Amino acid sequence: METYYVRTGNEFWKRTAKFWMNIFAVNFAIGVATGIILEFQFGTNWSNYSWFVGDIFGAPLAIEGILAFFLESTFFAIMFFGWNKVSKNAHLISTWLVAIGTNLSALWILVANAWMQYPVGMQFNPDTARNEMVDFWAVALSPVATNKFIHTTTNGYVLAAVFVIGVSAWYLLKKREEEFARKSIKIAAVFGLISLIVLIWSGDGSATHVAKKQPMKLAAMEGLYKSHPGTSIIAIGILNPGKKIEDLNTNPLKFENEKPYLFHISIPQGLSLLVNRKKDTFVPGIEDILKGGYIYTDKNGNEKTAPPIEERMEKGKLAIEGLSNYRKAASAGDEEGKATAYAQLMDNFDHFGYGYIKQPTDVVPNVPLTFYAFHIMVILGGYFFLFFIITIYMEKKSLIAKHKWYMWLAIASIPLVYICSQAGWVVAEVGRQPWTIQDLLPVGAAVSGVNPGSVRTTLVMFFVLFTILLIAELGILFKVIKKGPGA
Amino acid sequence: MRTSMFKRIWLFYYEGFKGMTPLGKTLWLIIILKLFIMFFILRLFFFQPDLGRYSSDEEKSNHVIENLTQTE
Repeated sequence: METYYVRTGNEFWKRTAKFWMNIFAVNFAIGVATGIILEFQFGTNWSNYSWFVGDIFGAPLAIEGILAFFLESTFFAIMFFGWNKVSKNAHLISTWLVAIGTNLSALWILVANAWMQYPVGMQFNPDTARNEMVDFWAVALSPVATNKFIHTTTNGYVLAAVFVIGVSAWYLLKKREEEFARKSIKIAAVFGLISLIVLIWSGDGSATHVAKKQPMKLAAMEGLYKSHPGTSIIAIGILNPGKKIEDLNTNPLKFENEKPYLFHISIPQGLSLLVNRKKDTFVPGIEDILKGGYIYTDKNGNEKTAPPIEERMEKGKLAIEGLSNYRKAASAGDEEGKATAYAQLMDNFDHFGYGYIKQPTDVVPNVPLTFYAFHIMVILGGYFFLFFIITIYMEKKSLIAKHKWYMWLAIASIPLVYICSQAGWVVAEVGRQPWTIQDLLPVGAAVSGVNPGSVRTTLVMFFVLFTILLIAELGILFKVIKKGPGA
Repeated sequence: MRTSMFKRIWLFYYEGFKGMTPLGKTLWLIIILKLFIMFFILRLFFFQPDLGRYSSDEEKSNHVIENLTQTE
Protein backbone atom coordinates (compact mmCIF):
# COMPACT_ATOMS: atom_id res chain seq x y z
CA MET A 1 0.00 0.00 0.00
CA GLU A 2 2.91 2.30 0.70
CA THR A 3 4.32 1.31 -2.69
CA TYR A 4 1.06 2.59 -4.23
CA TYR A 5 1.51 5.81 -2.26
CA VAL A 6 5.04 6.36 -3.56
CA ARG A 7 4.01 5.53 -7.12
CA THR A 8 0.84 7.65 -7.22
CA GLY A 9 1.50 10.33 -4.60
CA ASN A 10 -2.11 9.84 -3.44
CA GLU A 11 -2.40 10.67 0.29
CA PHE A 12 -5.18 8.07 0.62
CA TRP A 13 -2.60 5.28 0.31
CA LYS A 14 -0.35 6.91 2.89
CA ARG A 15 -3.24 6.98 5.38
CA THR A 16 -4.11 3.37 4.54
CA ALA A 17 -0.52 2.18 4.90
CA LYS A 18 -0.12 4.03 8.22
CA PHE A 19 -3.22 2.37 9.66
CA TRP A 20 -2.08 -1.17 8.79
CA MET A 21 1.41 -0.31 10.04
CA ASN A 22 -0.11 0.56 13.41
CA ILE A 23 -1.82 -2.83 13.48
CA PHE A 24 1.53 -4.45 12.61
CA ALA A 25 3.22 -2.42 15.39
CA VAL A 26 0.77 -3.78 17.98
CA ASN A 27 1.46 -7.37 16.92
CA PHE A 28 5.19 -6.73 16.78
CA ALA A 29 5.30 -5.13 20.25
CA ILE A 30 3.36 -7.98 21.83
CA GLY A 31 5.38 -10.68 20.07
CA VAL A 32 8.86 -9.19 20.31
CA ALA A 33 11.23 -10.94 22.73
CA THR A 34 8.74 -13.68 23.64
CA GLY A 35 11.19 -16.13 22.04
CA ILE A 36 13.67 -15.34 24.82
CA ILE A 37 11.55 -17.49 27.14
CA LEU A 38 12.38 -20.42 24.89
CA GLU A 39 16.08 -19.73 25.43
CA PHE A 40 15.54 -19.78 29.20
CA GLN A 41 13.68 -23.07 28.93
CA PHE A 42 16.45 -24.63 26.83
CA GLY A 43 18.95 -24.01 29.58
CA THR A 44 16.77 -24.98 32.52
CA ASN A 45 14.34 -27.64 31.37
CA TRP A 46 16.10 -29.06 28.32
CA SER A 47 19.79 -29.08 29.21
CA ASN A 48 20.54 -32.48 27.62
CA TYR A 49 18.79 -31.41 24.44
CA SER A 50 20.39 -27.96 24.25
CA TRP A 51 23.85 -29.42 24.83
CA PHE A 52 23.25 -32.22 22.30
CA VAL A 53 22.15 -29.76 19.55
CA GLY A 54 24.11 -26.70 20.67
CA ASP A 55 26.52 -26.40 17.78
CA ILE A 56 23.80 -26.84 15.18
CA PHE A 57 21.41 -24.32 16.69
CA GLY A 58 24.17 -21.82 17.47
CA ALA A 59 24.81 -20.75 13.86
CA PRO A 60 21.23 -20.22 12.63
CA LEU A 61 20.11 -18.54 15.85
CA ALA A 62 23.17 -16.27 15.93
CA ILE A 63 22.51 -15.23 12.32
CA GLU A 64 18.88 -14.60 13.21
CA GLY A 65 19.85 -12.55 16.23
CA ILE A 66 22.44 -10.40 14.51
CA LEU A 67 21.20 -9.96 10.96
CA ALA A 68 17.44 -9.93 11.28
CA PHE A 69 17.29 -8.16 14.63
CA PHE A 70 19.50 -5.26 13.53
CA LEU A 71 17.85 -5.07 10.11
CA GLU A 72 14.41 -4.98 11.68
CA SER A 73 15.20 -2.63 14.54
CA THR A 74 17.09 -0.09 12.43
CA PHE A 75 14.54 0.19 9.67
CA PHE A 76 11.62 -0.26 12.04
CA ALA A 77 12.57 3.11 13.57
CA ILE A 78 12.66 4.78 10.14
CA MET A 79 9.31 3.17 9.31
CA PHE A 80 7.61 4.73 12.34
CA PHE A 81 9.64 7.87 13.08
CA GLY A 82 10.70 8.76 9.57
CA TRP A 83 7.49 9.68 7.72
CA ASN A 84 8.41 13.37 7.51
CA LYS A 85 12.14 13.05 8.05
CA VAL A 86 13.35 10.89 5.18
CA SER A 87 12.37 10.87 1.52
CA LYS A 88 9.38 8.84 0.34
CA ASN A 89 11.65 6.35 -1.40
CA ALA A 90 13.93 5.94 1.64
CA HIS A 91 10.87 5.31 3.79
CA LEU A 92 9.50 2.78 1.34
CA ILE A 93 12.84 0.95 1.23
CA SER A 94 12.84 0.84 5.06
CA THR A 95 9.36 -0.64 5.09
CA TRP A 96 10.36 -3.33 2.61
CA LEU A 97 13.53 -4.05 4.60
CA VAL A 98 11.47 -4.53 7.78
CA ALA A 99 9.34 -7.02 5.86
CA ILE A 100 12.44 -8.81 4.52
CA GLY A 101 14.09 -8.77 7.98
CA THR A 102 11.02 -10.28 9.59
CA ASN A 103 11.00 -13.04 7.01
CA LEU A 104 14.73 -13.64 7.52
CA SER A 105 14.07 -14.03 11.25
CA ALA A 106 11.55 -16.69 10.42
CA LEU A 107 14.00 -18.39 8.04
CA TRP A 108 16.65 -19.09 10.69
CA ILE A 109 14.18 -20.19 13.34
CA LEU A 110 12.60 -22.55 10.83
CA VAL A 111 15.99 -23.90 9.74
CA ALA A 112 16.57 -24.85 13.40
CA ASN A 113 13.11 -26.41 13.64
CA ALA A 114 13.57 -28.30 10.36
CA TRP A 115 16.83 -29.77 11.62
CA MET A 116 14.99 -31.28 14.57
CA GLN A 117 12.54 -32.91 12.14
CA TYR A 118 15.26 -33.99 9.69
CA PRO A 119 18.76 -33.87 11.23
CA VAL A 120 21.41 -33.48 8.50
CA GLY A 121 24.79 -31.85 7.97
CA MET A 122 26.21 -32.83 11.36
CA GLN A 123 28.63 -35.26 12.98
CA PHE A 124 28.21 -36.50 16.54
CA ASN A 125 31.28 -35.94 18.70
CA PRO A 126 31.38 -38.56 21.51
CA ASP A 127 34.04 -36.57 23.40
CA THR A 128 31.70 -33.65 23.91
CA ALA A 129 28.28 -35.31 23.39
CA ARG A 130 27.47 -32.60 20.88
CA ASN A 131 26.40 -32.67 17.28
CA GLU A 132 28.85 -30.55 15.32
CA MET A 133 27.91 -28.90 12.08
CA VAL A 134 30.01 -30.24 9.20
CA ASP A 135 27.94 -28.83 6.34
CA PHE A 136 26.22 -25.47 6.98
CA TRP A 137 24.45 -25.50 3.61
CA ALA A 138 23.06 -28.99 4.18
CA VAL A 139 21.46 -27.63 7.35
CA ALA A 140 20.35 -24.27 5.91
CA LEU A 141 19.11 -25.59 2.57
CA SER A 142 17.76 -28.97 3.60
CA PRO A 143 14.57 -29.70 1.63
CA VAL A 144 12.61 -29.80 4.87
CA ALA A 145 13.92 -26.36 5.89
CA THR A 146 13.22 -24.65 2.56
CA ASN A 147 9.76 -26.18 2.36
CA LYS A 148 8.99 -25.31 5.97
CA PHE A 149 10.09 -21.71 5.40
CA ILE A 150 7.84 -21.30 2.36
CA HIS A 151 4.91 -23.04 4.06
CA THR A 152 5.16 -21.05 7.30
CA THR A 153 5.72 -17.61 5.79
CA THR A 154 2.95 -17.99 3.20
CA ASN A 155 0.74 -19.16 6.06
CA GLY A 156 1.55 -15.84 7.76
CA TYR A 157 0.66 -13.94 4.55
CA VAL A 158 -2.69 -15.74 4.29
CA LEU A 159 -3.39 -15.01 7.94
CA ALA A 160 -2.60 -11.32 7.42
CA ALA A 161 -4.76 -11.18 4.28
CA VAL A 162 -7.79 -12.70 6.04
CA PHE A 163 -7.24 -10.36 9.00
CA VAL A 164 -7.19 -7.30 6.69
CA ILE A 165 -10.33 -8.48 4.87
CA GLY A 166 -12.14 -9.20 8.16
CA VAL A 167 -11.31 -5.82 9.70
CA SER A 168 -12.22 -4.04 6.45
CA ALA A 169 -15.55 -5.92 6.34
CA TRP A 170 -16.27 -4.62 9.84
CA TYR A 171 -15.87 -1.04 8.58
CA LEU A 172 -18.25 -1.78 5.71
CA LEU A 173 -20.74 -3.26 8.14
CA LYS A 174 -20.51 -0.06 10.21
CA LYS A 175 -20.69 1.99 7.01
CA ARG A 176 -17.38 3.68 7.86
CA GLU A 177 -14.23 4.19 5.80
CA GLU A 178 -15.79 2.52 2.76
CA GLU A 179 -13.15 3.43 0.18
CA PHE A 180 -10.38 2.39 2.57
CA ALA A 181 -12.15 -0.89 3.31
CA ARG A 182 -12.91 -1.78 -0.32
CA LYS A 183 -9.39 -1.09 -1.53
CA SER A 184 -7.85 -2.93 1.42
CA ILE A 185 -10.07 -5.93 0.66
CA LYS A 186 -9.08 -5.86 -3.02
CA ILE A 187 -5.35 -5.89 -2.30
CA ALA A 188 -5.61 -8.41 0.55
CA ALA A 189 -7.78 -10.85 -1.43
CA VAL A 190 -5.40 -11.00 -4.41
CA PHE A 191 -2.34 -11.20 -2.14
CA GLY A 192 -4.08 -13.84 -0.02
CA LEU A 193 -5.06 -15.98 -2.99
CA ILE A 194 -1.54 -15.92 -4.49
CA SER A 195 -0.06 -16.74 -1.07
CA LEU A 196 -2.57 -19.52 -0.53
CA ILE A 197 -1.71 -21.15 -3.86
CA VAL A 198 1.97 -21.19 -2.85
CA LEU A 199 0.93 -22.40 0.61
CA ILE A 200 -1.00 -25.35 -0.86
CA TRP A 201 1.89 -26.17 -3.19
CA SER A 202 4.36 -26.16 -0.30
CA GLY A 203 1.89 -28.18 1.80
CA ASP A 204 1.97 -30.82 -0.90
CA GLY A 205 5.79 -30.75 -0.74
CA SER A 206 5.62 -31.00 3.03
CA ALA A 207 3.49 -34.16 2.81
CA THR A 208 6.06 -35.71 0.48
CA HIS A 209 8.88 -34.94 2.90
CA VAL A 210 6.92 -36.22 5.88
CA ALA A 211 6.18 -39.46 4.02
CA LYS A 212 9.90 -40.04 3.44
CA LYS A 213 11.39 -38.65 6.63
CA GLN A 214 8.68 -38.99 9.29
CA PRO A 215 6.38 -41.79 8.10
CA MET A 216 4.87 -42.25 11.58
CA LYS A 217 3.72 -38.63 11.54
CA LEU A 218 1.99 -39.14 8.19
CA ALA A 219 0.31 -42.34 9.43
CA ALA A 220 -0.99 -40.44 12.50
CA MET A 221 -2.16 -37.52 10.32
CA GLU A 222 -4.31 -40.00 8.39
CA GLY A 223 -5.28 -42.26 11.32
CA LEU A 224 -3.83 -45.04 9.17
CA TYR A 225 -3.06 -48.25 11.06
CA LYS A 226 -2.76 -50.98 8.41
CA SER A 227 -2.02 -50.03 4.86
CA HIS A 228 -1.94 -51.55 1.40
CA PRO A 229 -0.55 -50.52 -2.02
CA GLY A 230 -2.69 -47.73 -3.45
CA THR A 231 -3.40 -46.11 -0.09
CA SER A 232 -6.51 -43.93 0.21
CA ILE A 233 -6.52 -40.46 1.72
CA ILE A 234 -9.19 -39.46 4.23
CA ALA A 235 -11.13 -36.38 3.09
CA ILE A 236 -13.38 -36.25 6.16
CA GLY A 237 -13.54 -38.71 9.00
CA ILE A 238 -14.28 -39.42 12.64
CA LEU A 239 -11.83 -41.69 14.42
CA ASN A 240 -13.07 -44.58 16.52
CA PRO A 241 -12.16 -43.55 20.11
CA GLY A 242 -12.22 -47.27 21.03
CA LYS A 243 -9.11 -47.94 18.95
CA LYS A 244 -6.27 -47.06 21.27
CA ILE A 245 -2.62 -47.77 20.54
CA GLU A 246 -2.04 -48.85 24.19
CA ASP A 247 -4.37 -51.81 23.54
CA LEU A 248 -1.83 -53.18 21.10
CA ASN A 249 0.29 -54.08 24.15
CA THR A 250 -2.41 -55.04 26.65
CA ASN A 251 -5.30 -56.34 24.56
CA PRO A 252 -4.20 -56.95 20.95
CA LEU A 253 -7.43 -58.79 20.05
CA LYS A 254 -9.56 -55.79 21.06
CA PHE A 255 -7.20 -53.52 19.14
CA GLU A 256 -7.49 -55.73 16.05
CA ASN A 257 -11.30 -55.83 16.22
CA GLU A 258 -11.80 -52.09 16.57
CA LYS A 259 -12.24 -50.29 13.24
CA PRO A 260 -10.09 -47.17 12.84
CA TYR A 261 -12.96 -44.86 11.85
CA LEU A 262 -16.58 -44.42 12.91
CA PHE A 263 -17.20 -42.58 9.67
CA HIS A 264 -15.02 -41.51 6.79
CA ILE A 265 -15.03 -40.36 3.21
CA SER A 266 -11.82 -41.20 1.42
CA ILE A 267 -10.27 -40.63 -1.97
CA PRO A 268 -8.99 -43.94 -3.36
CA GLN A 269 -5.22 -44.03 -3.94
CA GLY A 270 -5.08 -40.36 -2.86
CA LEU A 271 -2.32 -40.79 -0.29
CA SER A 272 -0.16 -42.82 -2.68
CA LEU A 273 -0.54 -40.12 -5.33
CA LEU A 274 0.23 -37.40 -2.77
CA VAL A 275 3.40 -39.12 -1.60
CA ASN A 276 5.11 -39.80 -4.94
CA ARG A 277 2.53 -39.35 -7.72
CA LYS A 278 2.20 -43.11 -8.20
CA LYS A 279 -1.21 -44.60 -7.51
CA ASP A 280 0.01 -48.01 -6.34
CA THR A 281 2.63 -46.79 -3.83
CA PHE A 282 2.54 -48.42 -0.41
CA VAL A 283 2.28 -45.78 2.31
CA PRO A 284 2.92 -47.53 5.63
CA GLY A 285 0.42 -47.30 8.47
CA ILE A 286 1.21 -47.22 12.19
CA GLU A 287 1.23 -51.01 12.60
CA ASP A 288 3.29 -51.44 9.42
CA ILE A 289 5.94 -49.07 10.76
CA LEU A 290 5.99 -50.84 14.13
CA LYS A 291 6.45 -54.22 12.43
CA GLY A 292 8.73 -53.04 9.60
CA GLY A 293 9.29 -55.13 6.49
CA TYR A 294 8.08 -52.61 3.89
CA ILE A 295 10.34 -51.01 1.29
CA TYR A 296 11.39 -47.40 1.78
CA THR A 297 13.97 -45.03 0.29
CA ASP A 298 16.73 -43.92 2.67
CA LYS A 299 18.58 -40.56 2.94
CA ASN A 300 20.94 -41.56 0.14
CA GLY A 301 18.16 -42.58 -2.23
CA ASN A 302 18.69 -46.34 -1.78
CA GLU A 303 15.73 -48.69 -1.49
CA LYS A 304 15.77 -50.59 1.79
CA THR A 305 13.57 -52.82 3.88
CA ALA A 306 12.33 -50.98 6.97
CA PRO A 307 13.44 -52.66 10.19
CA PRO A 308 10.87 -53.30 12.95
CA ILE A 309 10.91 -50.75 15.77
CA GLU A 310 12.13 -53.44 18.18
CA GLU A 311 15.23 -53.90 16.02
CA ARG A 312 15.82 -50.14 16.04
CA MET A 313 15.46 -50.18 19.83
CA GLU A 314 18.18 -52.84 20.04
CA LYS A 315 20.45 -50.84 17.73
CA GLY A 316 19.74 -47.71 19.77
CA LYS A 317 20.83 -49.52 22.92
CA LEU A 318 24.03 -50.58 21.14
CA ALA A 319 24.68 -46.95 20.17
CA ILE A 320 24.20 -45.75 23.77
CA GLU A 321 26.39 -48.60 25.03
CA GLY A 322 29.01 -47.52 22.45
CA LEU A 323 28.93 -43.97 23.86
CA SER A 324 29.24 -45.28 27.42
CA ASN A 325 32.15 -47.59 26.50
CA TYR A 326 33.83 -44.82 24.58
CA ARG A 327 33.78 -42.62 27.66
CA LYS A 328 35.14 -45.38 29.88
CA ALA A 329 37.89 -46.20 27.38
CA ALA A 330 38.80 -42.51 27.07
CA SER A 331 39.07 -42.19 30.87
CA ALA A 332 41.31 -45.27 30.97
CA GLY A 333 43.43 -44.07 28.05
CA ASP A 334 42.53 -47.22 26.10
CA GLU A 335 42.86 -46.16 22.45
CA GLU A 336 41.83 -49.53 21.01
CA GLY A 337 38.76 -49.67 23.25
CA LYS A 338 37.89 -46.14 22.17
CA ALA A 339 38.08 -47.10 18.47
CA THR A 340 35.90 -50.18 19.00
CA ALA A 341 33.33 -48.24 21.03
CA TYR A 342 33.33 -45.40 18.48
CA ALA A 343 32.64 -47.87 15.65
CA GLN A 344 29.79 -49.41 17.67
CA LEU A 345 28.32 -45.95 18.33
CA MET A 346 28.55 -44.68 14.77
CA ASP A 347 27.33 -47.91 13.17
CA ASN A 348 24.13 -47.55 15.16
CA PHE A 349 23.92 -43.78 15.53
CA ASP A 350 20.91 -43.42 13.17
CA HIS A 351 18.94 -45.39 15.78
CA PHE A 352 20.43 -43.66 18.86
CA GLY A 353 17.15 -42.29 20.22
CA TYR A 354 15.40 -45.65 19.97
CA GLY A 355 17.66 -46.86 22.76
CA TYR A 356 15.54 -44.83 25.20
CA ILE A 357 12.22 -46.21 23.97
CA LYS A 358 10.66 -48.66 26.43
CA GLN A 359 8.14 -50.30 24.10
CA PRO A 360 7.54 -49.96 20.34
CA THR A 361 4.17 -48.21 20.72
CA ASP A 362 5.95 -45.33 22.50
CA VAL A 363 7.03 -44.05 19.08
CA VAL A 364 3.40 -43.43 18.09
CA PRO A 365 2.29 -39.80 18.56
CA ASN A 366 -1.16 -38.77 19.79
CA VAL A 367 -3.20 -40.02 16.82
CA PRO A 368 -6.54 -38.19 17.42
CA LEU A 369 -4.87 -34.82 18.01
CA THR A 370 -2.63 -35.15 14.93
CA PHE A 371 -5.46 -36.51 12.76
CA TYR A 372 -8.03 -33.83 13.63
CA ALA A 373 -5.48 -30.99 13.55
CA PHE A 374 -4.39 -32.08 10.06
CA HIS A 375 -7.93 -32.36 8.74
CA ILE A 376 -9.04 -29.07 10.31
CA MET A 377 -6.04 -27.40 8.65
CA VAL A 378 -6.80 -28.92 5.23
CA ILE A 379 -10.56 -28.21 5.39
CA LEU A 380 -9.97 -24.60 6.47
CA GLY A 381 -7.30 -24.24 3.76
CA GLY A 382 -9.93 -25.28 1.19
CA TYR A 383 -12.42 -22.87 2.74
CA PHE A 384 -9.98 -19.96 2.46
CA PHE A 385 -9.35 -20.78 -1.19
CA LEU A 386 -13.08 -20.39 -1.87
CA PHE A 387 -13.26 -17.37 0.42
CA PHE A 388 -10.57 -15.47 -1.53
CA ILE A 389 -12.16 -16.35 -4.89
CA ILE A 390 -15.61 -15.21 -3.68
CA THR A 391 -14.05 -12.04 -2.26
CA ILE A 392 -12.26 -11.19 -5.52
CA TYR A 393 -15.43 -11.87 -7.53
CA MET A 394 -17.69 -9.85 -5.22
CA GLU A 395 -15.24 -6.99 -5.03
CA LYS A 396 -14.94 -6.86 -8.82
CA LYS A 397 -18.73 -6.77 -9.20
CA SER A 398 -19.05 -4.22 -6.31
CA LEU A 399 -21.28 -6.67 -4.41
CA ILE A 400 -19.53 -6.73 -1.03
CA ALA A 401 -21.18 -3.67 0.49
CA LYS A 402 -24.63 -5.02 -0.53
CA HIS A 403 -24.34 -8.36 1.24
CA LYS A 404 -24.22 -8.39 5.03
CA TRP A 405 -23.72 -12.16 5.12
CA TYR A 406 -20.39 -11.73 3.38
CA MET A 407 -19.26 -9.11 5.91
CA TRP A 408 -20.11 -11.39 8.81
CA LEU A 409 -18.41 -14.31 7.05
CA ALA A 410 -15.27 -12.22 6.61
CA ILE A 411 -15.28 -11.21 10.29
CA ALA A 412 -15.86 -14.83 11.38
CA SER A 413 -12.96 -15.89 9.17
CA ILE A 414 -10.45 -14.07 11.41
CA PRO A 415 -10.58 -16.61 14.28
CA LEU A 416 -10.78 -19.43 11.71
CA VAL A 417 -7.49 -18.42 10.08
CA TYR A 418 -5.76 -18.45 13.48
CA ILE A 419 -7.21 -21.90 14.18
CA CYS A 420 -5.97 -23.08 10.76
CA SER A 421 -2.48 -21.77 11.42
CA GLN A 422 -2.25 -23.29 14.89
CA ALA A 423 -3.63 -26.61 13.63
CA GLY A 424 -0.68 -26.72 11.20
CA TRP A 425 1.76 -26.30 14.09
CA VAL A 426 -0.03 -29.00 16.07
CA VAL A 427 0.45 -31.39 13.13
CA ALA A 428 4.14 -30.48 12.85
CA GLU A 429 4.98 -30.65 16.55
CA VAL A 430 2.56 -33.19 18.06
CA GLY A 431 2.97 -35.42 15.01
CA ARG A 432 6.73 -35.74 15.57
CA GLN A 433 6.41 -36.93 19.15
CA PRO A 434 8.12 -38.55 21.00
CA TRP A 435 11.12 -37.00 19.24
CA THR A 436 12.76 -33.71 20.08
CA ILE A 437 15.27 -34.65 17.37
CA GLN A 438 13.89 -37.19 14.93
CA ASP A 439 15.20 -40.69 15.73
CA LEU A 440 18.07 -39.31 17.84
CA LEU A 441 16.62 -37.89 21.04
CA PRO A 442 13.18 -38.54 22.52
CA VAL A 443 11.59 -36.06 24.94
CA GLY A 444 12.32 -38.30 27.94
CA ALA A 445 16.07 -38.20 27.29
CA ALA A 446 16.14 -34.52 26.32
CA VAL A 447 14.90 -33.03 29.59
CA SER A 448 16.96 -31.87 32.57
CA GLY A 449 16.45 -33.39 35.95
CA VAL A 450 14.22 -30.48 37.05
CA ASN A 451 11.48 -31.22 39.49
CA PRO A 452 7.96 -31.41 38.04
CA GLY A 453 6.69 -28.84 40.56
CA SER A 454 9.05 -26.20 39.13
CA VAL A 455 7.94 -26.95 35.58
CA ARG A 456 4.29 -26.71 36.68
CA THR A 457 4.93 -23.37 38.40
CA THR A 458 6.63 -21.83 35.38
CA LEU A 459 3.93 -23.22 33.08
CA VAL A 460 1.25 -21.47 35.16
CA MET A 461 3.34 -18.28 35.09
CA PHE A 462 3.62 -18.45 31.31
CA PHE A 463 -0.08 -19.06 31.03
CA VAL A 464 -0.80 -15.97 33.16
CA LEU A 465 1.81 -13.82 31.37
CA PHE A 466 0.66 -14.76 27.87
CA THR A 467 -3.01 -14.41 28.80
CA ILE A 468 -2.31 -10.87 30.03
CA LEU A 469 -0.41 -10.15 26.81
CA LEU A 470 -3.29 -11.53 24.75
CA ILE A 471 -5.82 -9.38 26.62
CA ALA A 472 -3.56 -6.33 26.19
CA GLU A 473 -3.12 -7.06 22.48
CA LEU A 474 -6.82 -7.54 21.81
CA GLY A 475 -7.70 -4.45 23.86
CA ILE A 476 -5.23 -2.26 21.95
CA LEU A 477 -6.14 -3.76 18.58
CA PHE A 478 -9.87 -3.19 19.13
CA LYS A 479 -9.15 0.39 20.20
CA VAL A 480 -7.00 1.11 17.12
CA ILE A 481 -9.57 -0.49 14.81
CA LYS A 482 -12.44 1.36 16.44
CA LYS A 483 -10.65 4.68 15.99
CA GLY A 484 -10.00 3.80 12.36
CA PRO A 485 -7.52 5.09 9.81
CA GLY A 486 -8.88 8.63 10.15
CA ALA A 487 -7.68 8.94 13.75
CA MET B 1 31.22 15.32 9.37
CA ARG B 2 31.23 12.24 11.68
CA THR B 3 29.82 14.24 14.61
CA SER B 4 27.17 15.68 12.40
CA MET B 5 26.04 12.23 11.26
CA PHE B 6 25.92 10.88 14.83
CA LYS B 7 24.05 13.99 15.92
CA ARG B 8 21.52 13.54 13.13
CA ILE B 9 20.97 9.91 14.12
CA TRP B 10 20.64 10.89 17.78
CA LEU B 11 18.14 13.65 16.91
CA PHE B 12 16.19 11.27 14.70
CA TYR B 13 15.63 8.84 17.57
CA TYR B 14 15.25 11.59 20.21
CA GLU B 15 12.58 13.44 18.26
CA GLY B 16 10.93 10.18 17.27
CA PHE B 17 10.55 9.04 20.86
CA LYS B 18 9.59 12.52 22.03
CA GLY B 19 6.83 12.91 19.47
CA MET B 20 5.53 9.37 19.87
CA THR B 21 1.75 8.85 19.70
CA PRO B 22 -0.13 7.49 22.77
CA LEU B 23 -0.28 4.13 20.97
CA GLY B 24 3.50 4.09 20.58
CA LYS B 25 3.97 4.99 24.25
CA THR B 26 1.61 2.19 25.36
CA LEU B 27 3.44 -0.34 23.18
CA TRP B 28 6.84 0.70 24.55
CA LEU B 29 5.49 0.41 28.08
CA ILE B 30 4.34 -3.14 27.34
CA ILE B 31 7.72 -4.04 25.82
CA ILE B 32 9.62 -2.65 28.83
CA LEU B 33 7.33 -4.37 31.33
CA LYS B 34 7.63 -7.61 29.42
CA LEU B 35 11.42 -7.46 29.32
CA PHE B 36 11.52 -6.62 33.02
CA ILE B 37 9.35 -9.64 33.89
CA MET B 38 11.41 -11.90 31.65
CA PHE B 39 14.90 -10.86 32.71
CA PHE B 40 14.43 -9.70 36.30
CA ILE B 41 11.79 -12.14 37.51
CA LEU B 42 11.67 -15.25 35.31
CA ARG B 43 15.35 -15.45 34.45
CA LEU B 44 16.66 -14.52 37.91
CA PHE B 45 14.32 -16.56 40.07
CA PHE B 46 12.95 -19.38 37.94
CA PHE B 47 15.32 -20.19 35.09
CA GLN B 48 18.78 -21.04 36.33
CA PRO B 49 20.68 -22.87 33.57
CA ASP B 50 20.97 -26.52 34.59
CA LEU B 51 24.55 -26.73 33.32
CA GLY B 52 25.48 -23.37 34.86
CA ARG B 53 26.81 -25.11 37.96
CA TYR B 54 29.73 -26.44 35.90
CA SER B 55 32.56 -24.13 35.05
CA SER B 56 34.10 -25.93 32.09
CA ASP B 57 32.72 -27.46 28.89
CA GLU B 58 34.37 -30.74 29.84
CA GLU B 59 32.33 -30.95 33.03
CA LYS B 60 29.18 -30.09 31.12
CA SER B 61 29.92 -32.80 28.54
CA ASN B 62 30.54 -35.36 31.28
CA HIS B 63 27.26 -34.47 32.96
CA VAL B 64 25.26 -34.80 29.70
CA ILE B 65 27.03 -38.04 28.70
CA GLU B 66 26.23 -39.45 32.12
CA ASN B 67 22.57 -38.51 31.66
CA LEU B 68 22.46 -39.91 28.14
CA THR B 69 24.07 -43.22 29.02
CA GLN B 70 21.85 -43.93 32.04
CA THR B 71 18.89 -45.46 30.27
CA GLU B 72 17.37 -47.37 33.19
